[in-house]
Amino acid sequence: MTRSGLELRGVELRVDGQVHIHRTDVALAPQGFNILLGPTLAGKTTLMRLMAGLLKPTAGEVWFHGRNVTAVPVRARGVAMVYQQFINYGHQSVYENIASPLRVARASRAEIKARVGRIAELLQLSPLLDRRPAELSGGQQQRTALARALVKDAGLVLLDEPLANLDYKLREALRDELPRLFADRDCTVVYATTEPGEALLLGGHTATVHEGRVTQFGATSTVYRRPVDLLAARAFSDPPMNSAPVVKRGGNFELGGVTAWPAQRALAGLADGPYTVGLRPHRVQPLAGGATGAVTVEGRVAIAEISGSESVVHFDLHGSTWVSQSHGVHAFDVGTMAAFSLDVSRALYFAPDGRCVGSAED
Amino acid sequence: MSGRTPNQKAWWLVLPVVVLVAFNAVIPLMTVVNYSVQETFGDNQFFFEGVTWFEQILHSSRFHEALQRQLLFTAIVLAIELPLGVAIALAMPRRGAWASVCLVLMAMPLLIPWNVVGAMWNILALPDIGLLGHSLNAMGFDYNFTRQPLSAWLTLITMDVWHWTSLVVLLAYAGLSAIPNAFYQAARIDGASGWAVFCFIQLPKMKRVLMIAVLLRFMDSFMIYTEAIVLTGGGPGNATSLLSIDLVKIALGQFDLGPAAAMSLIYFLIILLLSWVFYTVMTRDEPQ
Amino acid sequence: MARIGLKDLRHSYGPAPQAESDWALKRLDLSFADGSANALLGPSGCGKTTLLNIISGLLRPSEGSVWFDDRDVTALPADAREIAQVFQFPVVYDTMSVYDNLAFPLRNRGVPAAAIDHRVREIAALLDLEDTLQRRASGLTADGKQKISLGRGLVRSDVNVIMFDEPLTVIDPELKWRLRSKLKELHRRIGLTMIYVTHDQTEALTFADRVIVMNEGVVVQAGTPVELFERPQHTFVGHFIGSPGMNLLPATFDGGVARFAGHAVQMSVAPRAVPANAQLQIGVRPEFVSFADTGIPVSIVKVADAGRFRVVETRHAGFSIRLLVGEDAKLPSERACLRFDPSFTQLYVDGWRLGEQPR
Repeated sequence: MTRSGLELRGVELRVDGQVHIHRTDVALAPQGFNILLGPTLAGKTTLMRLMAGLLKPTAGEVWFHGRNVTAVPVRARGVAMVYQQFINYGHQSVYENIASPLRVARASRAEIKARVGRIAELLQLSPLLDRRPAELSGGQQQRTALARALVKDAGLVLLDEPLANLDYKLREALRDELPRLFADRDCTVVYATTEPGEALLLGGHTATVHEGRVTQFGATSTVYRRPVDLLAARAFSDPPMNSAPVVKRGGNFELGGVTAWPAQRALAGLADGPYTVGLRPHRVQPLAGGATGAVTVEGRVAIAEISGSESVVHFDLHGSTWVSQSHGVHAFDVGTMAAFSLDVSRALYFAPDGRCVGSAED
Repeated sequence: MSGRTPNQKAWWLVLPVVVLVAFNAVIPLMTVVNYSVQETFGDNQFFFEGVTWFEQILHSSRFHEALQRQLLFTAIVLAIELPLGVAIALAMPRRGAWASVCLVLMAMPLLIPWNVVGAMWNILALPDIGLLGHSLNAMGFDYNFTRQPLSAWLTLITMDVWHWTSLVVLLAYAGLSAIPNAFYQAARIDGASGWAVFCFIQLPKMKRVLMIAVLLRFMDSFMIYTEAIVLTGGGPGNATSLLSIDLVKIALGQFDLGPAAAMSLIYFLIILLLSWVFYTVMTRDEPQ
Repeated sequence: MARIGLKDLRHSYGPAPQAESDWALKRLDLSFADGSANALLGPSGCGKTTLLNIISGLLRPSEGSVWFDDRDVTALPADAREIAQVFQFPVVYDTMSVYDNLAFPLRNRGVPAAAIDHRVREIAALLDLEDTLQRRASGLTADGKQKISLGRGLVRSDVNVIMFDEPLTVIDPELKWRLRSKLKELHRRIGLTMIYVTHDQTEALTFADRVIVMNEGVVVQAGTPVELFERPQHTFVGHFIGSPGMNLLPATFDGGVARFAGHAVQMSVAPRAVPANAQLQIGVRPEFVSFADTGIPVSIVKVADAGRFRVVETRHAGFSIRLLVGEDAKLPSERACLRFDPSFTQLYVDGWRLGEQPR
């Protein structure tokens, strides 16, 4: 673990004077998953291309295994990439598809056979080696693409939304498989996704990406629970995180001039003034018939969705939309008023500039 | 500023193309421009004439008549081939073995060398021994394309339609094949009539390929030479002397290099201008 | 509006189906109540789109009949069935304005102009299309075009049924939330029969009052989202719905008790007898498994943090059992015991829940 993986040192990318990637300093974890989490067009793919060497940074350096590789061409870097689209050679068998990087590297026939066999076993492709990609399901096609990326033992593997085009259940199965595949490999894995749930379940480290800027990099659960700013906090939004203006006055936080709660010990020292409170949807729970919680609010129900195991309710409160996510089935009539309990002991607080100034748990 | 250092080596890779284009287009064009402002005599003597040739041509009734014949020919041919081509494409089966058979049949006329097409139709239409010409006369039509201008025109147009409608068919067919099935299903559910399906789905989706078809057919028919010269030789008289035929008569027949060069340039500019007009009109309301 | 009935339906795309697997749609009887919101849910290739096209009349079934109320419509073509359908990819008449696109199905049926105008504006308001009504439809984004497709599906108020074929595939996640709730709201308001086809369980469960789960041309269960979640009739439903899916463990049955690896497991329905030589499985969702002081001893293999909960993978006798543990709950040390909530634990016989007959 002491060995360094991939590092971006002051990397910046401008195209025709426009900043595409803002100055970025990130040292990726050499083992395990490094997740780039952000919406479409946030710059995840561009970052990957910079890491791979497909793009040269306008400023800054790319280091790999303690070596400056900024000027090293892609071919000489030992990089493998898997894309959202299942890219395979349609006219070749699955075996030939997987073997192709080894053939390019002029491996011996026996070695190719052994290595393709091993990787096919790992990805459950062994019975399909004689087929053509067109005869496979989407999941099998993407596994073939993954096998081709894995077979050459690249030091850096870049996975660009590899599960996005798969059926729901297949996605779940491959998401479980992926970390195991890389568990005992000596390579740095970078994984881009738009889905917060995927990032959380894959674990490892996460970089939240917003409009060409890496807003935070750290262990995934840390980024989720201790975001440095609003942008990083909102990166995990499925459903979106609740955020609303509050005012700190004396020892209390006031929401919409109606609801107030005392600032916890760690937050008591904050200067009075406007802040933004952030509460994840599962920290906002519906209250049944007349019950009250520590902090209770009443909002008008805008959307109510029940999925069999949980209920998601959107409601309007003081002009902003709040979301509550709760276990079990809670029926709501759209347009009616309903009471919700806010678990402010788990709230995050942000200064007007977006910086996270503290969480109630500190 | 740019992240990519421009690699100057790339210019060497482009060089062959530059040379090729120079020899193919630029140099011949410059030669023509050069000739068009000079008077030549044997012995390689050249005298600068300025725009004399251009003035002469633009005022000559011979040029005007040839241009009118040319415009008429192109207009008729376009008016027949486009609707006919689209109609055939609509009638062709979309999939299955018959689709392939139809495509091969359609492609056939396009594979025949142009001078052969002219020769074929010439023989076919000969009033005494040609199958078509003889049959028409036997049926009581007074048909002789070497003597009567009307017969000559009809033969020329029929030949062009036979030769080139396939191109429109193939392009329109490609356009139709690219329409997803969901569009037809949606239209059925929306209660659209067959005519509405044609107007609101098929025609708009074929628009781009039809534009290419119009441009290609316009340019080709405007420059028609080989088939026409083999079939009618511009006759009877000058009845089918289209622009290109007339041009060759001047350039080679009379060896008036200067006027021929000037006429070539005018011809070239007319095609350029009309193509541009077609293109602009047809792409006018495309979204950006 | 109408009640949709499917009787003895079967369909094969090949000319002469021989084996059972030649049927894209195996024999089924199904009905959709008048004014209900239904979802057809299943993996790709399960036959849900085939079924949809048979209802809409785009496909004629090989066998069986389709009924709208008491009328046999099997032989009627799509345009005579008075239905609306929204497709997976946007279908937009390029040369028309957004307004004309929405008005198209009404104009084709000779609705008076004033009525058309009223209806088009109403639908446009619902889908936030008011500002673009006069724009050419071809200039819009994929999102915008799909909204037009949705609008054309919703514009007729006199249709028997509105069908949606994975309509939100091309829509951004943020807008998906909004459109889904709009559809739901609309259904509540106009009360038309709706059928929504999707492979996404979240979409199906949140949109529909009744979800029909299909697999390999067979309807494996039709029920409310809660029924599908709490009492899956088939192991496929247990697996397909829920993320992660249901734990399925091999079971034995003796002395009136179902056992997993020798441990007696309490059931929602006490099994009395099971067929001999049948494959028995105990099914319990990760949501209904919890750590306890006594029960099935397991070792913890892996903990995946999903934010508001953790997915804990445990092992006993070589079988993996997953459970969900809340964000704030403490995890036991490496060795622990598991308890299955008896009210939500089922016994499956050859894949089907005990007592349910395969249909």
